[in-house]
Amino acid sequence: MKYELVIGLETHVELSTDSKLFCSCGGHSAADTPNDCVCPACSGMPGMLPVTNKHAIELAVKAGLMLNCKINQYTTFDKKSYYYPDLPAAYQITQWFNPVCVEGKVQVGEREIGIKQIHVEEDAGKLVHDDATNTSLVDYNRTSVPLIEIVSKPDFRSSDEVISYLKKLKASLQFAGISECEEGAMRCDVNISVRPEGSDQLGVRSEIKNMSSFAEIKDAIEFEKVRHVDAIERRTEMLVQETRRWDEVKRRTFPMRNKETAADYRYFPDPNLMPIIIDDKWLAEIKASMPVSAEEKGQKYVDMGIASKEAAVLASDAKLCAVFDEVVAMGREPKSVASWILTECMSRMRYLGIETLNIAPAKLSRIIELVDAGEITRAAGKKVLAAVFESDVDVDKYCDEQGLNAKVDTSVIEATVDRVIAENPQAVADYKGGKVKAAGALFGSCMRELKGIGDPAVIKALLEQKLN
Amino acid sequence: MAKYITEINKQGNIAVDDTILVKDYPATAGSKMLENFVPLFSAEAVERLTAAGYTLSGKTAVGEFGLDLYGETGTNDICAAASLVKEGSVKAALNVDLNGAPRRAAALEGVTFIKPTYGTVSRYGIIAAACSGEQIGVTTKDADTAAEVLGVIAGHDAKDGTSLPDKKYDYTVNADVRGKKIALVRELYEAADEAVRAKIDAAVAAYKAQGAEVGEISISILPEIQTAWTILMSAETTNNLSRFDGVKYGYRTEKYKNIDELYVGSRTEAFGFLTKATIVYGSDVLSKGRYDDCYDKALKIRRIAVETLKELFARYDALLLPAYSKTKFEGYPIEDAFMKVYDESRFTAPASITGMPAVVSMGVQLLGDYFSDSRLLGLAKALEKEEA
Repeated sequence: MKYELVIGLETHVELSTDSKLFCSCGGHSAADTPNDCVCPACSGMPGMLPVTNKHAIELAVKAGLMLNCKINQYTTFDKKSYYYPDLPAAYQITQWFNPVCVEGKVQVGEREIGIKQIHVEEDAGKLVHDDATNTSLVDYNRTSVPLIEIVSKPDFRSSDEVISYLKKLKASLQFAGISECEEGAMRCDVNISVRPEGSDQLGVRSEIKNMSSFAEIKDAIEFEKVRHVDAIERRTEMLVQETRRWDEVKRRTFPMRNKETAADYRYFPDPNLMPIIIDDKWLAEIKASMPVSAEEKGQKYVDMGIASKEAAVLASDAKLCAVFDEVVAMGREPKSVASWILTECMSRMRYLGIETLNIAPAKLSRIIELVDAGEITRAAGKKVLAAVFESDVDVDKYCDEQGLNAKVDTSVIEATVDRVIAENPQAVADYKGGKVKAAGALFGSCMRELKGIGDPAVIKALLEQKLN
Repeated sequence: MAKYITEINKQGNIAVDDTILVKDYPATAGSKMLENFVPLFSAEAVERLTAAGYTLSGKTAVGEFGLDLYGETGTNDICAAASLVKEGSVKAALNVDLNGAPRRAAALEGVTFIKPTYGTVSRYGIIAAACSGEQIGVTTKDADTAAEVLGVIAGHDAKDGTSLPDKKYDYTVNADVRGKKIALVRELYEAADEAVRAKIDAAVAAYKAQGAEVGEISISILPEIQTAWTILMSAETTNNLSRFDGVKYGYRTEKYKNIDELYVGSRTEAFGFLTKATIVYGSDVLSKGRYDDCYDKALKIRRIAVETLKELFARYDALLLPAYSKTKFEGYPIEDAFMKVYDESRFTAPASITGMPAVVSMGVQLLGDYFSDSRLLGLAKALEKEEA
């Protein structure tokens, strides 16, 4: 019998706010020293009251708009109670009764994935276990950092769809400035079951908790699929609804010893936080601040004359878009800019092992301007670009120092051409003997010697003139 | 019996109860759980008073987390703040009114207490139990002093999400009650003993003599209000007290082998009976399957209570009711505490559940519409005049 997977995702994403969800501590959990980014409020001291970070609500609304959700203009915060040392107040403030976004959808390839809801909540802290001394330490830096939880409907039918969705989600969230989605800032709980193909019944569900690597998620889903199918077909085990964890070393899932599944979270509306009313005016402001989507952006680039494949690569990365848009705004020709970013910049990035493009748009613009105007050669431009990447040099100053100006006096070029001809009698003889290709080798030698100085057309003309 | 559990300054003129934080001084909320807890910051009300030149005299006792109306949960006198005010040692005391304890203490000691309109005084810096109803109030010898101190502490505080937007409130005490309409709440009058009724009778006589109209009304949903408040108060208290788990600060048991034993041991050893009873009750009303019938219904009753009282305040300037059932209390077994407190809360629950202001003066309680704090203080002053 053939089986199909039924998967739903709960994706937790850390929001890019300057401060935590209910206090003024810095928003990013990345503080190096444990408990360095903590105040009486986010460490659960008595006497403190939560005050909602408006920016977090705006970012959640943006995420909802991006995923075609209905925005709840009356949204509330609720308390979820459970005891765990990483949760200092023993309750988490989340949205249970009136989440900010509901009923959305997103296109993943050919399929439409439903979004059940998006809600805002605070993150918990981190426990560090030390087996050697049998102690546990608590770090509250991450406590109360704002998250959104994006809950999909059980609409995925393969691990590939899950990964496509996550990649798209990540790119869109980064693009809209909702989340930087740095390492560990996007975490998934995967709800998974299998059923005979064509069935409308749901199988026994297992939930794999807290995964962040896409590759691991894919492997975990594939593992679970096999486990479920084996259990159904070969009775290898009795499937039960449970929470499991993926062991990256053993490459398999294990049931979690987890009392939470049986826990009663005793949700109730937080009396310290007034309902949030997102009125039409505020909603319109948030809508107006939405960046165009990656698809729209890509289409815009195509309209500017850029090949669709290149446009798609540009549009998939917020940083590439930002640099491209700025350089074009500085008056450079779009096709030229796209080529410089996608070919030259990306080659430098690969060479240096950098993942995000980090170049001052004004410098890139100046290099392109010089090359396009014939002031320096493209080879010289590449040389300057490399120098900018490596030591952030000043473009004009560097060109002067290195003598890269293409309009240098021709005596330098002439002397070089003469020397190359003199040093390569065999090639010259070959050329004169009818081997036209030999001129190419001589030209290459000239270019190498000149290290990017001079206009290639001029050099070529001069060489041919001398040879004949 | 010592009046202060922590002394701050002998020359001070403001006493502060031990659920209100004063930086660097212990704040126990009357609980063994917090016997060594020293806060890192002061309550907003405390900051405003000291900034205005008042000085703190010390911390006064409260029943554990303010749940207790009688004082059984501690060995200290929970009327200490009211008695310091009465003897003139301090000008005023700040007290958290969670379930009516300071209203009751003021009635017993014969001083004035105002629980202001919810949201007018910042709750920042109180050891929270029931956030939706608790409020810092002021105990003073008379209405004028209450208005003075309240004027200093009231007004918007950005650190409290429920703080109302007005920056300042003007408390003008006008003792002229001519033409004012006051309604006596019949059921609560009948629920009090003779000594308490005598105080109400005296107030009625005084108002009539001074030209006010005094009518009599019945509020049919008082039992529901009382139960709903106990549900909300217990549930919120359960949630707020869950942070006291022995992990970060406060009491920690010496005997534990794992985290669960640490939680259970610390809380079992440190909380008193009434607190535990409240937690058991509060956990139940929030639990799966019970939420809709208990907590959610209590929220609906809260809305009905507000509507009902708002209708009455369209016709009356204030309601007159007892603050307590009797003027003298005998001891009883601790196992009865939860029900005893529940019984007695019938007098204080209407103001607690609605967040409407209440003033206790001359042993009686006045309840008014939102923002009628000044009017209630004026009515209190009219009674004080009679006494003088």
